[in-house]
Amino acid sequence: MKPLHIIVCVKPVPDFRSPVEFDQKTKTVKRGNVATVINPLDKNALEAALQLKESFGGKVTALSMAPPFAESVLREVLAFGADEAFLLSDPAFAGSDTLATAYVLAQGVKKIRDFDLVITGAASTDGNTAQVGPQVAEHLGLPHASFVTQVKRHSEHSLELTLKTEEGTILAEIDLPALITVSREINEPRTLGLFGIAAAAAKPLHILGSSDLEVDPERVGEKGSPTRIADIREVSFARKSELHEGTPEAISLLVKKFREWGVI
Amino acid sequence: MDFSFTQEQELLQKGVREFAEKVVAPRVQEMEETKNAPVDIYKAMGQNGFFAVDIPKKYGGLEMGALARVIILEEISRVSAAVGMATQVFYLGIAPFLEAASEEQKQKYLPSLAKGEKLATVAVTEASGGSDPTGIVTEAKKEGDNYILNGRKIFITNSHEADIITVVARTSQDPLQFSAFIVEKGMPGFKPGRKENKMGFHGCTTGELIFENCIVPVENLIGKEGDGLKIALKAISETGRCGMAGVALGILESCLEEAVKFANERILGGKPISVHQAIQARIADIRIALESSRLLTYRAAWLKEKGMRCDVEFAIAKYYSTEAAVQCAKKTVDIYGGYGVMMEFAAQRLYRDAQLLIPSAGTSDIQMIVIARDSLKKGKK
Ligand SMILES: Cc1cc2nc3c(=O)[nH]c(=O)nc-3n(C[C@H](O)[C@H](O)[C@H](O)COP(=O)(O)OP(=O)(O)OC[C@H]3O[C@@H](n4cnc5c(N)ncnc54)[C@H](O)[C@@H]3O)c2cc1C
Ligand SMILES: Cc1cc2nc3c(=O)[nH]c(=O)nc-3n(C[C@H](O)[C@H](O)[C@H](O)COP(=O)(O)OP(=O)(O)OC[C@H]3O[C@@H](n4cnc5c(N)ncnc54)[C@H](O)[C@@H]3O)c2cc1C
Repeated sequence: MKPLHIIVCVKPVPDFRSPVEFDQKTKTVKRGNVATVINPLDKNALEAALQLKESFGGKVTALSMAPPFAESVLREVLAFGADEAFLLSDPAFAGSDTLATAYVLAQGVKKIRDFDLVITGAASTDGNTAQVGPQVAEHLGLPHASFVTQVKRHSEHSLELTLKTEEGTILAEIDLPALITVSREINEPRTLGLFGIAAAAAKPLHILGSSDLEVDPERVGEKGSPTRIADIREVSFARKSELHEGTPEAISLLVKKFREWGVI
Repeated sequence: MDFSFTQEQELLQKGVREFAEKVVAPRVQEMEETKNAPVDIYKAMGQNGFFAVDIPKKYGGLEMGALARVIILEEISRVSAAVGMATQVFYLGIAPFLEAASEEQKQKYLPSLAKGEKLATVAVTEASGGSDPTGIVTEAKKEGDNYILNGRKIFITNSHEADIITVVARTSQDPLQFSAFIVEKGMPGFKPGRKENKMGFHGCTTGELIFENCIVPVENLIGKEGDGLKIALKAISETGRCGMAGVALGILESCLEEAVKFANERILGGKPISVHQAIQARIADIRIALESSRLLTYRAAWLKEKGMRCDVEFAIAKYYSTEAAVQCAKKTVDIYGGYGVMMEFAAQRLYRDAQLLIPSAGTSDIQMIVIARDSLKKGKK
């Protein structure tokens, strides 16, 4: 079967294993001291692409829209085994919502050209909308499937997919070129090897700005983003407990509290 | 002076940490209980290029340098000092090939060592000679195209897992004349003997090697007859001491993490014990020990990479970091109170493992002698 050129979308996200703070003004994560990592599901996306490449030959290209510091994240993606990487980085892209992000990524895919498959994670750990994958596909006019848990080559020009839904699973066939978003169950991502790390330094990593892509300035960044985040709140999982001795006053206090909390 | 890692070193640290947490950590308990060496982990490390770091590219290596080696040992040992120790001695076993072997020997052995298909060690110590290796009695007699080896080595790391062993033996009546030989697993007359039962490093084999009329072809002599001790001591003083310091760094880092975690989580009288100065002082001491050990070790590794003299610097790093690990492991156990001696907590393992750092690659007394001798020589005009 013919080799596959696979584009993997990789989002650099804050490492949520370390404590993360939010900026209430900008409604974003304070990036200050937080390490940036590959969005966990994008490691699954990359692993799926690498496995397909190992089976059928071809090439894996990584694509990311992020500030310049994300270069190190893409270098890591190259160390995992991707062959080439594109970082779409421009101050004009700042503040993009999923619509604008997907538009820029789609323009990036067009720039890379000659692909058979685009793989994204099902969702990111920060924005977590699960919209970007399908939106990129719509921008490109590609057939797409989300929450894929298994992928097989069905024929020269199609894949056989298993998708997870709330009701159960769907077995589907999709024509190439296509876009799929993958779930955690699809595979166990490999660990970084030293041979890969050593090879990564010499692999091509391109940083492209808006002038390198055909983008309409009205459709990117805050300007191109109809979404406004109204509020952002931290959810505390700390358990509250209060001890009250059993007088009638205490019981009525308890009832009052329960009413305040909306429990009763 | 630039104290930052390169992008490659940063990735390396990240990758090895991930490997250690994902592949090594889930096996620590089993190693503690069975004391069996996790050969499958060694194989996975080999496939991932862990043993290729220092080997030149033309033999299938990565040429990443001594600092990369320290980073790997630190990250692995943070999770398991036993696997760190085994790794450090695989590196030690590779060193004579890098530094003293002939071109043919390099071509024959280095590619499989780089991939971890073959594992290595160095065998010097005998019952009659540890700190003083001139006490070695194992002898190699030349007979035609072979040397015939007879004798026993003890306390050899990876004794049962190593495929390629640099063995130091006497080749003449001269009390100071030794030679180094490449002995391969399966050679007639060679077998591993007993495995030692140690207080720490469970999961890293330390054992005996037995040579009974072991036939070693002459082409397995490394360097010339009489070069043996020099070859082994260079490997031990530059690669071995460096490695022990790397393992110590991992233990120190783990001490700091475990100490901080417990100090924050243990609540007494409504407050975490971290509010007490006595606890804080121990944590500060551990942090200081970790940072200073790191600086000493990284600098010595940097000297090695630059091809500069580094044996005394590694002696200093080895002495300081391993002694610090013993003291800091005690401080960690102390912070844990009674929990510190319970097998459910990592603190006791750090304490037991730390002491094993001291004799390996030369005791602290021997490092002191090396350091003092060099200092005294420099003082003499
Ligand atoms: C707390 C928070 C809430 C947000 N809420 C919204 C909202 O409600 N609506 C909205 O439009 N935007 C929202 N955003 C902004 C949104 O996160 C960003 O626009 C982001 O660029 C894409 O959305 P996502 O993270 O939800 O991606 P998802 O759709 O969850 O990501 C799925 C996959 O798309 C790919 N992908 C996503 N972003 C990139 C990228 N930059 N580069 C390469 N691949 C990528 C990855 O493969 C990823 O696994 C929010 C951001 C935050 C921090
Ligand atoms: C876990 C572990 C792994 C090891 N791995 C290997 C290996 O892979 N290969 C290998 O060849 N060996 C290995 N060894 C052996 C190690 O190198 C020796 O144990 C070490 O050199 C000390 O020798 P010894 O045990 O014979 O002690 P001895 O030499 O008998 O020392 C006993 C005591 O005397 C002190 N002492 C000795 N000489 C002097 C002196 N001149 N001045 C002051 N004090 C002195 C020592 O410091 C020590 O306190 C390993 C040991 C251990 C514990």
